Amino acid sequence: MNTVKVAGLLAPIVDGEDAAVANLAAQFTAAASAQGLVDVAYRMIDSPVGQLLLAGTEAGLVRVAFAVEGHDSVLEALCAAVSPRIMRAPARLDAAARELDEYFQGRRQSFDLPLDFRLAQGFRREVLGHLPEIGYGQTASYAAVAAMTSSPRAVRAVGTACARNPLPLVVPCHRVIRSDGSQGAYLGGAEAKSLLLALEAGAK
Amino acid sequence: MPAPSDAAAVIPEQISTALPPFEVLITHHGAAVLRVCRALVGPTDADDVWQETFLAALRVYPSTGSVRNREAWLVTIARNKAMDHHRKAARLPLPDGGPGSGEQGLGALTVGEHGVDEHGAGETGHGGGDVVVRSVEAGETAAAVWAALATLTPMQREAVVYHHLAGLRYAEVAGILGNSEAAARRAAADGMRALRALLDHERTQKQ
Repeated sequence: MNTVKVAGLLAPIVDGEDAAVANLAAQFTAAASAQGLVDVAYRMIDSPVGQLLLAGTEAGLVRVAFAVEGHDSVLEALCAAVSPRIMRAPARLDAAARELDEYFQGRRQSFDLPLDFRLAQGFRREVLGHLPEIGYGQTASYAAVAAMTSSPRAVRAVGTACARNPLPLVVPCHRVIRSDGSQGAYLGGAEAKSLLLALEAGAK
Repeated sequence: MPAPSDAAAVIPEQISTALPPFEVLITHHGAAVLRVCRALVGPTDADDVWQETFLAALRVYPSTGSVRNREAWLVTIARNKAMDHHRKAARLPLPDGGPGSGEQGLGALTVGEHGVDEHGAGETGHGGGDVVVRSVEAGETAAAVWAALATLTPMQREAVVYHHLAGLRYAEVAGILGNSEAAARRAAADGMRALRALLDHERTQKQ
């Protein structure tokens, strides 16, 4: 919002400019996207686990963030890690929004979306690559996931990889639980994790 | 430009700068840039120049970490785009409507300088009068102000617009106009005096 205090003499000309700017911003987003200038597009969606931020690059979905992560700080992190050319441009995320919606309705068991894993490097990336092997409605322990990787004893590192998963829900870190069968932590909160596991158990 | 140092060689450039998402620039400065565009090319072509301004800014945005005042930067781009526009159109740098076209609106100039100093655009009918009439009057009044702005010399108009409408400090205005801070301040003051005289004159004429 513009904070410039306009002198009384000139005040009449700022009437209605908020609507004009909103209109211009919408056209701008479309033009910038068409010219390939939007490095990161994002949108918000509502879900049973709260509002989600979806962000995508030209390569694919790059970030799914829960509200508890703080969407403003998520966007700032994307600025630093990917590019500051960030716009709220929902069209690029239409497919992701639709598939997540289907998932929450119990009508989708796996995602068919191009994914951009640039926010997870090295071993974290390797761990994320194995998570889809845990099927819908199934769970696996951190130790079991570690056993799938090139470092079968790196149980703690598996926990870190899950906790910092840039693509939760789509890459199912919520299916990784403790060896004793308890659910363990989740970056979207423990409640969200139990909701997801119950959803998948019920819709089977 | 940051001074060269050992650290600069190691740290990737994107980490050394903390740029906000580009979208924030539109939220914070979109209105000010629109005022500048309207003042420099007129309301009809302002939208195109606004788009060109922000597209140009977006293109180079990742490498602008050293820009200190983003609004002054955007206003400078807008000014360049406005000049390009005039060159292309080979038109006089005047907004639509000359000095004479304000007649229909000036009678409705009920929003005097004293009424809204602290409220700006948020002025919401002191008398609680007819909202529709007020909004029509506001549109006519705005047209009158644009027309009055168009009668100023280019230097005065730009100084008024950059300082009073875009909120830049005189030092920044001077940087854009290529003159001194004192000259920028004088041009804005002269411009505001001329505007006041013109708008007061036409208002009393109409009454």
